[in-house]
Amino acid sequence: MTQDTNLFGICTPAPGEAGNTGDWRDRRPVIDHTKCIPSVKEKEACFLCWLYCPEGIIGMSFPVTIDLDYCKGCGICAEECPPNAITMVNEVSDNG
Amino acid sequence: MDNVKIMTGNEAAAVGVKLVAPHVIAAYPITPQTKLAEMLAEYVENGVLASEYVRVESEHSSLTVCIAASAVGARVFTATSSNGLLYMHEQLHWAAGSRVPVVMCCVNRGVGAPWSIFNDQQDSFSQRDTGWIQLYCRNNQEIIDTVIQAYRIAEQVYVPVMVCYDGFILSHTKMPVAIPAEEEVSRYLPPLTPVRPLVPEDPITINPVFFPWRRDNAEGVSCDGYMDMRLKLAKAINDARETIREADREFGECFNRTYGGLVWDYRNDDAAITLVSMGSLASEATVAVDMLREKGVPAGVVALRSYRPFPKDELRALLGGKSAIIVFEKCMSYGNGGGFSSEIKTALYGMPDVPPCHNVIAGLGGRNVTPSEIADAVMSARGAIDDGHFEETYWLGCDTD
Amino acid sequence: MHDNIFKINEKEYILPGNRACQGCGLTLAYRFVLKALRENTIVVIPPSCLCVLHGLYPTTSVTVPAINTTFAGNAAAASGVVAGLKALNKPDITVLSLAGDGGTYDIGIQSLSGAAERKTDFIAVCYDNEGYMNTGTQRSGATPLGALTTTTPQTKQDFKKDLVGIMEAHNLPYIATTSPGYPADLYDKFVKAKRIKGTRYLHIDSPCPPGWLYPPKDTVKIAQLAVETGLYILFEIENGKLRLTGRSRRIGETGKRTPLIHYFERQGRFRKMSIEQLSQIQKWVDTRWEEMTRRAS
Repeated sequence: MTQDTNLFGICTPAPGEAGNTGDWRDRRPVIDHTKCIPSVKEKEACFLCWLYCPEGIIGMSFPVTIDLDYCKGCGICAEECPPNAITMVNEVSDNG
Repeated sequence: MDNVKIMTGNEAAAVGVKLVAPHVIAAYPITPQTKLAEMLAEYVENGVLASEYVRVESEHSSLTVCIAASAVGARVFTATSSNGLLYMHEQLHWAAGSRVPVVMCCVNRGVGAPWSIFNDQQDSFSQRDTGWIQLYCRNNQEIIDTVIQAYRIAEQVYVPVMVCYDGFILSHTKMPVAIPAEEEVSRYLPPLTPVRPLVPEDPITINPVFFPWRRDNAEGVSCDGYMDMRLKLAKAINDARETIREADREFGECFNRTYGGLVWDYRNDDAAITLVSMGSLASEATVAVDMLREKGVPAGVVALRSYRPFPKDELRALLGGKSAIIVFEKCMSYGNGGGFSSEIKTALYGMPDVPPCHNVIAGLGGRNVTPSEIADAVMSARGAIDDGHFEETYWLGCDTD
Repeated sequence: MHDNIFKINEKEYILPGNRACQGCGLTLAYRFVLKALRENTIVVIPPSCLCVLHGLYPTTSVTVPAINTTFAGNAAAASGVVAGLKALNKPDITVLSLAGDGGTYDIGIQSLSGAAERKTDFIAVCYDNEGYMNTGTQRSGATPLGALTTTTPQTKQDFKKDLVGIMEAHNLPYIATTSPGYPADLYDKFVKAKRIKGTRYLHIDSPCPPGWLYPPKDTVKIAQLAVETGLYILFEIENGKLRLTGRSRRIGETGKRTPLIHYFERQGRFRKMSIEQLSQIQKWVDTRWEEMTRRAS
């Protein structure tokens, strides 16, 4: 394993600087694609979840996808979704 | 063929900076540095110096500007004195820790409270632990030459360098100064090679928070914790000893003037009593030594040119076996006696037959120190040593009863 | 408003798995700041939530170059970057100084004012979460009247400093207020700012779940309520001419504002606000709106 040759602090970009931030959450967003406007219409529409996600981990795709490795479970997407297509669901703990 | 002009220490520094031609200059005026900042502004406005001159609103900002400009790959310069240096204190630590090759002139002046506009070395002395290289000049020729050498040193070891010279005594006093030729300076000082300048194509974030422990990066390389990174700085300053000697030696080859590297001495080889000092006070001490020698006292001078890194090996070689050492210092380490006299003693730790060491606090707040006062103090100290006092401290010219 | 979100630069400059809190208003805003400014940017950051978002050694979560500096000197460091780039013949790189309210209103104000007075060619931005949030919610000069912080346990007894007014006094070519509740408005303002020379000042209202004491899911709602109640006004001043934008422009036209209580009641930090403080704030908001409407006409 090569040692650090930096003379001063040089950070290089990579995801997961704080680890798998998906581990932070106690609730995760679940999308009902029958209600989600862009998923249904398969065209650029709404995407307020993409707009308001602080992490930028909601994909502007059809169907809309959320990167659950990193989703912190803030719930903004569910709160802002106009047709209420997103529900925050409790994560199941290791203890069952 | 060097061009000789009569000039003040501030002007010598300004001409030195003009020869080096840094990309960015940031300075805030403070007595007795002011004229240096003004002369540089004039050079820039008259088009003889192509630097970006940032007229900052404080000293803290002047060093901040320099650190940031250096981070994008610019060569930089700033200067200050006294409370201005104290105001930028956190940035001194920051510059050293970010390993930027900043060069700064410190025109030595006493610190408040109470206010003094006059010379002593408390300002730069009190910054000795920040991780900067500190070089002290004995006359105006040394100022212009050391400014040039400072860039050579800083840009090789990536440690910032403080070029110190006494306020008023040197900054405002005219002396003949040979001005190095511009082409020679360009030959002596290659262009700056920044370690990793900030550019949009390289999206790094620099000088972040560090954990105490090591941590792998995304490629699996084990990266430093805070302490490891700081150890690198410590090593770099230690390694700088050789760089400082080499820079001085090569300067001698280009310009026919050298300054002793880390220390210089005067009539010390056959001296029994050695006076130790820094800066212009050491220069005055050589006159005192001549006076003492006239009276048959075998005295000599050893002067610290480099205070950081501390020239321990040189001091052991030059002071070992002396009958007495008298340190003349323009600074205090309140709570532990004189400024650097304790470091002189520590340098001799473990040597057989350590000489008695007396120290004289002199010239604080600009109180005048003449060669005859220095000579008298040496005679007094010698008397006290003969009476069996191994260590003593005197405040020259003060009523201590 | 919803149409033009598809004109926004799709690229993301903040990588996932970063160290910001759930629902962080700063992160949401910064996403759009960087989308607007793009790659040819260097960011200057003080010790702050932003510093933590950028990441700890040896990894960063942000894909534009950035330099950390000490708390008091963000704008001075930006001045240094600008001077260095100019001297090295790279004057077209956008320099962004992004500090919190601590680094802008309080400890950072001297260097900001100095840089602005020198007409330094950079974009100075304050993300205002109304307190020293990175160190656990102590009061700042930006903390509003009536708010609880760890150093104002009886609620803050003074009004928020008018920092935008202070920046106005520097005769800047461009000043704007923005909010993560209205990302398209924020994006447009930063795109515009990028093209202007001189010191540009932009303000971002930055709701903070742990500091303002509300559930993270409400960040956008609270940012929008600040504007809908008229407490926070979206505007831009270009060469001295003021123009209300977005939702605030509509409020200016209709005169209709949501009652302030709807904003305050959602945040635990206002739970000890007195009736007297609420009425003082109401009066302040009303006076500001009279002034704003007059200036915007």
